[in-house]
Amino acid sequence: MTPILQVKAVETYYGNIRALAGVDVEVQKGEIVCLIGANGAGKSTLMMTICGSPQARTGQILFEGRDITRMPTHEIARLRIAQSPEGRRIFPRMTVYENLQMGASLDNLKYFDEDVEKMFTLFPRLKERQSQRGGTLSGGEQQMLSIARALMARPKLLLLDEPSLGLAPLIVKGIFEAIRKLNETEGLTVFLVEQNAFAALKLSHRAYVMVNGQVTMTGGGRELLANPEVRAAYLEGGRH
Amino acid sequence: MEYFVQQLVNGLTLGSIYGMIAIGYTMVYGIIGMINFAHGDIFMLGGFAALIVFLALTSLFAGIPVVLALLIMMIVAMIMASLWNWTIERVAYRPLRGSFRLAPLITAIGMSIALSNFIQVTQGPRNKPIPPLVSSVYNIAGISISLKQIIIILITAILLSVFWYIVHRTPLGRAQRATEQDRKMAALLGIDVDRTISVTFIMGAALAAVAGTMYLMYYGVVVFTDGFIPGVKAFTAAVLGGIGSLPGAVLGGLLIGLIESLWSAYFTIDYKDVATFSILAIVLIFKPSGILGRPEVEKV
Repeated sequence: MTPILQVKAVETYYGNIRALAGVDVEVQKGEIVCLIGANGAGKSTLMMTICGSPQARTGQILFEGRDITRMPTHEIARLRIAQSPEGRRIFPRMTVYENLQMGASLDNLKYFDEDVEKMFTLFPRLKERQSQRGGTLSGGEQQMLSIARALMARPKLLLLDEPSLGLAPLIVKGIFEAIRKLNETEGLTVFLVEQNAFAALKLSHRAYVMVNGQVTMTGGGRELLANPEVRAAYLEGGRH
Repeated sequence: MEYFVQQLVNGLTLGSIYGMIAIGYTMVYGIIGMINFAHGDIFMLGGFAALIVFLALTSLFAGIPVVLALLIMMIVAMIMASLWNWTIERVAYRPLRGSFRLAPLITAIGMSIALSNFIQVTQGPRNKPIPPLVSSVYNIAGISISLKQIIIILITAILLSVFWYIVHRTPLGRAQRATEQDRKMAALLGIDVDRTISVTFIMGAALAAVAGTMYLMYYGVVVFTDGFIPGVKAFTAAVLGGIGSLPGAVLGGLLIGLIESLWSAYFTIDYKDVATFSILAIVLIFKPSGILGRPEVEKV
């Protein structure tokens, strides 16, 4: 079976600085795959490169077997790749409700009413805040909104950049539980970047470890969790 | 008292025209953070398009109803101005996106000069008068209100309502606001950012063209330099109201119209521009973001 996402020998540059140095990643349909690594390893750059912003200088990115390396960002989004990006990027002067509407713009709000109810069940907090401006939400609420907004697009592939950032442990648990449930019941494919390696590895079917713009290790989620090297670098002392 | 109310009406009329032009400045600034200095000339171009349509209509169909003539003038002017502004954005500003901030600004000044010179060369440098289109004047409690003024204020009110509806209640408007707030995120959600920016230029130009048509009808004359002074005034209106804010642009326009006509009424007319810009300076000293400009209180 062709993987839903294939990243082949991708190099991305910011000016003259090489942020990704030949990255290979594969995500199969229906999988939860996680990417862990230290700050500045290039995890978020990989997420954005998949969406064509910035574009990869060399290498190839295939989505459902189709080359998307040189596609403009909005066309990639229209293939149903949704991202909850680094920094959440909530539209600050739009209400929570409008932010969710933006997430559903691909289908012109066709499934909006139905989907928004689902999101409000998943994150009841958003329902309370629906007419509040995005910029006035707390960090955690913004994080929920960012994930919900991405889900509103009915994605085939969901990219999550640090969904646990700035959230209370209990809420993190809830979000990870929600991701697992969406994966199990609806077969949602998820590729996520996490600092919270312990929880992420437990959740994921497979994982990649990134160091200095390169993938150095790969394996099953629980397999990496047991790996002494991974434990030493990303888990010990950082266990939540 | 009557004199005062009279000046108020005159000021509102003038202010409506400024407000319609100011919206184009403020929208473009909001969405790509540049001042489209050619916008005043788009207004002038709209006036010329209306003039040409008027001349064509009256020579082809003598005795055409004024309402119909005005409507056709307005629509053609809107189409022409939109086409011009779209083209300018496409060929002159878009290639400079992502370059340093001054580059599109200087290009905009260049486009402004190019447009007014183009009109000067093709249409001649002299004032272009038209006979009065609507001349009825009503007398209400000692105040004379001309039909022209009523038309201008009414059309402005209608167009602004339509405009407000588009920006706040339609998917297009939502895409525009999203692009304004975070261009990259809008693209990640499947919004064609370039197209959204083009539409913004088209909408701004259409309003400026209506203002141009109204200006022609009100003053009965248009000349190739007309883009400059009303353009600068409208830009001032946008800044005064808070650049980037739509209600601000309208408010700023009305204020500037009122200041001008009241100043001319009670003080020397020669100093009306001095008064306008002094008030701008004073407002900006105490409220640098303009009257309705948004204070930046966003959480990061």
